[in-house]
Amino acid sequence: MLRYLSSRILSLGLSLLVASALVFSVVELVPGDPASFMLGTGAQPETVEALRRQMGLDQPLPLRYAAWLGAILQGDLGTSFTYKTPIAGMILERLQVSLPLALMALALAVAIALPVGTFAAARRGKAGDGLVMGAAHVGIALPNFWLAMLLVLVFAVRLRWLPAGGFPGWSAPAAALRSLILPAIALALPQAAILARVLRSALVETMGQDYVRTARAKGLSAGQALRRHALRNALIPVLTILGMQFSFLLAGAIIIENVFYLPGLGRMIFQAITQRDLIVVQSAVLVLVAAVIAVTFLVDLAYGAVDPRLRRP
Amino acid sequence: MIRLEDLSVAIDGRPVLQGVSLDLPPGRVTGLVGESGSGKSMTALAITGLLPDRARASGRVLLDSRNLLETPEAAMCRIRGSRIGMIFQEPMTALNPLMTIGDQVAEVLRLHRGLDRRTALAQARERLDRVGLPQPRFPLTLYPHELSGGQRQRVAIAMAIALRPGLLIADEPTTALDVTTQARILDLLSGLARDEGMALLLITHDLAVVAGMTDHVAVMQSGRVVEHGPTEAVFRQRRHPYTRQLFAASRHVPARIPPGPATPLVQVTDAVREYRLPGGGLRALDGVNLTIARGESVGLVGESGCGKSTLARAILGLDTLQGGHIRLDGQDIAAVRPMPRKARARMQVVFQDPFGSFDPRWRVDRLLAEPFHLTGRPPDWRDRVATTLTEVGLDPDDARKFIHQFSGGQRQRLAIARALIIRPALIVLDEAVSALDVRVRAQVLDLLARLQAVHGLSYLFISHDLSVVRGVTDRILVMQAGRIVEEGTPDQIIDAPRHDSTKALVAAMPKIPAGWL
Amino acid sequence: MRTGLILGAVLAGLALCAAAVSAFWTPHDITRMAIADKLLPPSGAHWLGTDHFGRDMLSMAMLGAQTSMAVALVAVAIGMALGVPLGLLAAARRGTWMDEVVMRGNDLVFAFPSLVIAILITAVRGPSAVNAMVAIGIFNIPVFARVTRGTALPIWVLDYVRAARVAGKGTALISLQHVLPNIAGLLIVQATIQFSLGILAEAGLSYVGLGAQPPTPSWGRMLAEAQTMMALAPHVAIIPGLCIVLTVLGLNLLGDGLRDALDPRLRVVR
Repeated sequence: MLRYLSSRILSLGLSLLVASALVFSVVELVPGDPASFMLGTGAQPETVEALRRQMGLDQPLPLRYAAWLGAILQGDLGTSFTYKTPIAGMILERLQVSLPLALMALALAVAIALPVGTFAAARRGKAGDGLVMGAAHVGIALPNFWLAMLLVLVFAVRLRWLPAGGFPGWSAPAAALRSLILPAIALALPQAAILARVLRSALVETMGQDYVRTARAKGLSAGQALRRHALRNALIPVLTILGMQFSFLLAGAIIIENVFYLPGLGRMIFQAITQRDLIVVQSAVLVLVAAVIAVTFLVDLAYGAVDPRLRRP
Repeated sequence: MIRLEDLSVAIDGRPVLQGVSLDLPPGRVTGLVGESGSGKSMTALAITGLLPDRARASGRVLLDSRNLLETPEAAMCRIRGSRIGMIFQEPMTALNPLMTIGDQVAEVLRLHRGLDRRTALAQARERLDRVGLPQPRFPLTLYPHELSGGQRQRVAIAMAIALRPGLLIADEPTTALDVTTQARILDLLSGLARDEGMALLLITHDLAVVAGMTDHVAVMQSGRVVEHGPTEAVFRQRRHPYTRQLFAASRHVPARIPPGPATPLVQVTDAVREYRLPGGGLRALDGVNLTIARGESVGLVGESGCGKSTLARAILGLDTLQGGHIRLDGQDIAAVRPMPRKARARMQVVFQDPFGSFDPRWRVDRLLAEPFHLTGRPPDWRDRVATTLTEVGLDPDDARKFIHQFSGGQRQRLAIARALIIRPALIVLDEAVSALDVRVRAQVLDLLARLQAVHGLSYLFISHDLSVVRGVTDRILVMQAGRIVEEGTPDQIIDAPRHDSTKALVAAMPKIPAGWL
Repeated sequence: MRTGLILGAVLAGLALCAAAVSAFWTPHDITRMAIADKLLPPSGAHWLGTDHFGRDMLSMAMLGAQTSMAVALVAVAIGMALGVPLGLLAAARRGTWMDEVVMRGNDLVFAFPSLVIAILITAVRGPSAVNAMVAIGIFNIPVFARVTRGTALPIWVLDYVRAARVAGKGTALISLQHVLPNIAGLLIVQATIQFSLGILAEAGLSYVGLGAQPPTPSWGRMLAEAQTMMALAPHVAIIPGLCIVLTVLGLNLLGDGLRDALDPRLRVVR
């Protein structure tokens, strides 16, 4: 287990390093000088020069990267050029919306997909399976932001059950949660559909394995064999998808925040793009990517917990 | 006491079992023997009520005068595992990879006896001891991947016998195992049947296993029991023509001409091949010497992992040696890397699995012509394909067919044709007849003998089973842990083995008693 | 099983036809605005109604199909052109450092969802349909590399590959002659799936303004523009959404149907 853990940690560190280099170097792709790009055409030469110094553009690239990385490791993500405030604080504030949203959606997706996928696998080939999987097919095809719009139309505009958008802040927890319900559903449903389908096919596959036949020969009923033997083995592919889904949920949250006018990371990124605030874009994207890599790492650890073959000393 | 009366099964209306009647009284070992597709496994599944969904069964399967075919599923679940135990052919996949062996054995006890986990585990310990997996070498916390195939099969047996069922069904329990492991597992099974007074239904394709193990035997052919009775009587009398055919085929020795004066074709000297593994190095070949003469058939026998496949790969130029020489017609071919095409064209190979040996998307003519890659494709290659097809007993018109249109035996003929088409001097036969039914095996061995006589071919027969190579080779080499430990004529090796590992192999060989023949 | 395949082929075919026809002809000219006719419900003159500029929704939807399909198709092409060779290489050199480098590289790219790639590209280059293609295409590369490697690995241990090696063929030749043809079916299935995901991703990108720019119509931006008007005229929000759902559903059904038709386990004759 220790060997497995250390190899995963090494891989995590390496991935983060390369990813940060990639994100950092994107600014280098800006046509011409990044500072004048950010300030636009009408900027004073002195202002451009000041920004150049602030971004360290007078330094050679590797040195700049090292300085940037060093600052990040100390929790300093730089200062927003538009708002003149530390980016780390801005991101932390925005994450208070984006992170609960993604987690709620993930929990909802799993809560829907687990029973649905198991149900369909248990009655594969029968009417219930066809119905549920047909619905899942439609669910996968739904763009989450369109689903969000329809949900607003029905539950906010017509029925007035839930707010159509905005976020009151966590000082009013109940209202805050209420304003995240529709966005979370919009994010979760398509993902639940994908997860249910993956779980069903993984279950059907494992139910054809020899060890399930062995379990039946031991006297387990079909349902017991499914729950006690097939389900745990089927979790391995499901875990892979779950890890990938987190990255889609984060990305999806960026779009959904725009539908519901939620002050999350996504809205911040789009504002930064319109304001050409490259420093903010860079830092926010790095946080997103780091989160995805960290989740991949956690999924790898979960593999080790589920599958003893990976723990081999 | 379990009795089958007029059991018939149809899948999608197609009959697969017809009027099977069989008594399985306590303490008796019954063999069910026949070729693949004869309905042996279907009989076992019908008894346990695990037939595929589309199957319809009629007749009666009586357990204490209760018809299992009409017993509801919930009641069958209580019978399976407690009154009837079952083990299957493939031990590598028969256990749940995510559960410890202790929990898997304990599961039966908890399910049927309602024991708590601790008591169940304590009893599981006892059962594992009984099947030869004692403490402290085999703690309950082991996972299946930490065990060998034979050890996993023991775990499967421990689960099947945990509740001392009245009937144990073993479906080809040793087919996937080495001969010596097979002998030990069969010993274990017959000991259990005797000690526990269980009825044992042993399903196998191997007549010699039946002869050594069973009291009664039923011979199956296309879904029917064509002959049954006490094993010795059935073996001695062989009333049914099918039984006689099986017998003749299993003892078939093709007519061969002994090779002429020994001109060495392939000489391997001091071959060394090491693999680096996480736990240290493995010497797969540890100073191997081997000579194959022109027109000679050499058998290479040993358990899995002894290095015989590595040696074959090295000779074929698929793997490089770290030390030693391989000479072909006196020229060192291992020294040049990669092995020159001209040398490779002198050697071809036939593999075990008739189903995986051919690209399903290619037609037969293209498949057979693939080795021409070594020599350049001659303009008359289509004629050569047609000639070779005729030579192996197939139709030249088969050239335009796809591989799924052929049976297992026909595919092995095609594999031989592919090896033959560039007229090599040596053909390596890597377990080439192991997967075939006995009657097909006899035909393929005849074909190999004929081709050898016509083309003066040399063969290197690789097998884990001495009985496969004894009738078809001039010389047998026994390999163990990367070394050749004994060499001799088949008679010498089998009648007077000297090395311990040879002795073990010979002792493990299932045999039909000489007096029964 | 078959009904899914046929339904999928019909839906995907319809969307493809609409996209193809729109290149030459649309029922109305969408460059001419008629504010007087804005937000009309579906009628004889405008089968799917009009939008807030009085443009014909059917014509817009057809042109939107063209944009979506073009972006998704190029993205799949990018993913396959780079991902399949990488996957073949990794499978052929399985267990070596080369395999390791390719697969770790894959994992890394996987951490950049297409939306994030699009954000990065847009931040420095400005939004456009080409950016959307590149962003989705880059994300497709590791998908195809992974599928290719995963399906190619079991082929490499089959006896017919060993037989080809005994026939003196090298890894490149075996990859092309034996491995690629035997995994092509699954790659085609994956291509239809990535194509449908590409359409979803394109819609998402153009919805947030990172995709095709005005005046090029796209389903995603039609939805973005409809957002403030959907309470007044729901059809402007429902029609583009339905276009996306039906096209993606069709492609997914097609992919599933093809996979069932190509499943080797169903074809094995023993």
